[in-house]
Amino acid sequence: MTKDECKQVVLDIIADIAPDEDLSNVKPEVRLRDQMQLDSMDFLDIVMELRKRHGIEVPEKDYQQLASLDSCADYLTPKFDALTGKS
Amino acid sequence: MKLSRIVITGVGLTAPNGNSLAEFRANLLAGVAGIQRREIRYMGTQLAGVCDYNPQKYQTKKEVRVGTRAGSISIYCAREALADSGLIWEAVAKDRVGIYIGCTEHGNVETENEIYNISKFNYDTKFWSHYHNPRTVANNPAGEASLNLGVTGPAYTIGAACAAGNMGLIHATQMLRLGEVDLAICGGVSESIHTFGIFAGFKSQNALATHADPLKASRPFDKARNGIVISEGGALYTLERLDDAQARGAKIYGEIAGYHVNSDASDYVLPNPTRQAECVRAAISRADLVPRDIHIVNTHATATPLGDIQECEAIRAVFGEGCPDTFINNTKGYIGHCMGAAGALELAGNLQSFDDLIVHPTINVDDLDPLCALPGLVLNQPRAVAKVDTILNNSFGMLGINSALIVKRFVP
Repeated sequence: MTKDECKQVVLDIIADIAPDEDLSNVKPEVRLRDQMQLDSMDFLDIVMELRKRHGIEVPEKDYQQLASLDSCADYLTPKFDALTGKS
Repeated sequence: MKLSRIVITGVGLTAPNGNSLAEFRANLLAGVAGIQRREIRYMGTQLAGVCDYNPQKYQTKKEVRVGTRAGSISIYCAREALADSGLIWEAVAKDRVGIYIGCTEHGNVETENEIYNISKFNYDTKFWSHYHNPRTVANNPAGEASLNLGVTGPAYTIGAACAAGNMGLIHATQMLRLGEVDLAICGGVSESIHTFGIFAGFKSQNALATHADPLKASRPFDKARNGIVISEGGALYTLERLDDAQARGAKIYGEIAGYHVNSDASDYVLPNPTRQAECVRAAISRADLVPRDIHIVNTHATATPLGDIQECEAIRAVFGEGCPDTFINNTKGYIGHCMGAAGALELAGNLQSFDDLIVHPTINVDDLDPLCALPGLVLNQPRAVAKVDTILNNSFGMLGINSALIVKRFVP
């Protein structure tokens, strides 16, 4: 999985959990919370949907890794690759 | 102690046959029911009363997604009632507003959904939603309304089975009289069509209606009645002390004249006509009236074979033959049983009789059960009457809770 593909996975989840947000211009380097209305329950939603849809586990100590799209991609891409057997 | 006079100054509702008081009333007078077929999880096609209000009128998509149906109905009805009241909401002191919402049950919908959800994951509870608890706490519908409206006064629900809609109004009256709040948003809501358990429970009790024609399925007092049609809906009112309402020149729908609440203490589900009659008599007495002063009795009858007969027995005991100006009707033939919303919605359906002097009928009575025959029963066609100054609204519930609420024409 490329990092761009990984960002799209996260954006698809955000589109469902924050359906009022305009996601056409999300800045990947900026914290998600600083550019849209997301609260702690919404971040739990992102964690839950990664688990449900993709079998990805994000332990609580790593939640900060989901702060921005870029940090999501850095953190999640290896996890997706590990699931598909790609190193 | 001299009690403050409490008046109704706004109404917001959603029913299976209307999303405003005007639409609802017009359909009650035109004989338009709102029951349809609906797929219920594990149970196939059932009959239900479904509301089609637009949640996004007052909620963001995210609020709808995160919240519950009962919360959404509460928000819609509360906002509609406030708009109807003419209050300048921005100028209202939010810490002096109370939200009191009656519910038959709350939490079944979300718990069933979560169990269904984890059944797709081999019942692994790590897939259980973190929203489960805020969605299922008993105060959820009132709490969601407080969040949406920014109300910082007391906001909670009142659990009173199917007497709950009346209880919302009664409790609000008490809190206004105590001076706890200056404005109450009150009534009842139901999301019960979204839980299969309610359908399955009534079916197991042999109390779930079936009929080839959904619009004929809910038929209180008819010989062929065979049970309840479960419905969702809500009706919330703005209640104020008369002085406050008059000071702002508010439109006044009617005045709370009296009420009573009691308990059967006799059975989990079977009604008790003796206690029902006691409840109605006590409400009439508290209103400083006698039975012949009551002009409309809106019955609770849900179209179960036994329950309808027992309520008729109670009404017969109170009103007998000596009340020529008393007319009796029922609203469930149109909308089914809206559970926690029933009492509040059914009162709303009759409120405009003060103005149009028409009693809406009980529909779907093709063959009146002689055990349900009562003097003054209005069947199938609206009836124009000489006088409507008082409305008695009955709502009864499981575990034997009875409520009777009397609203009278406002006379300064």
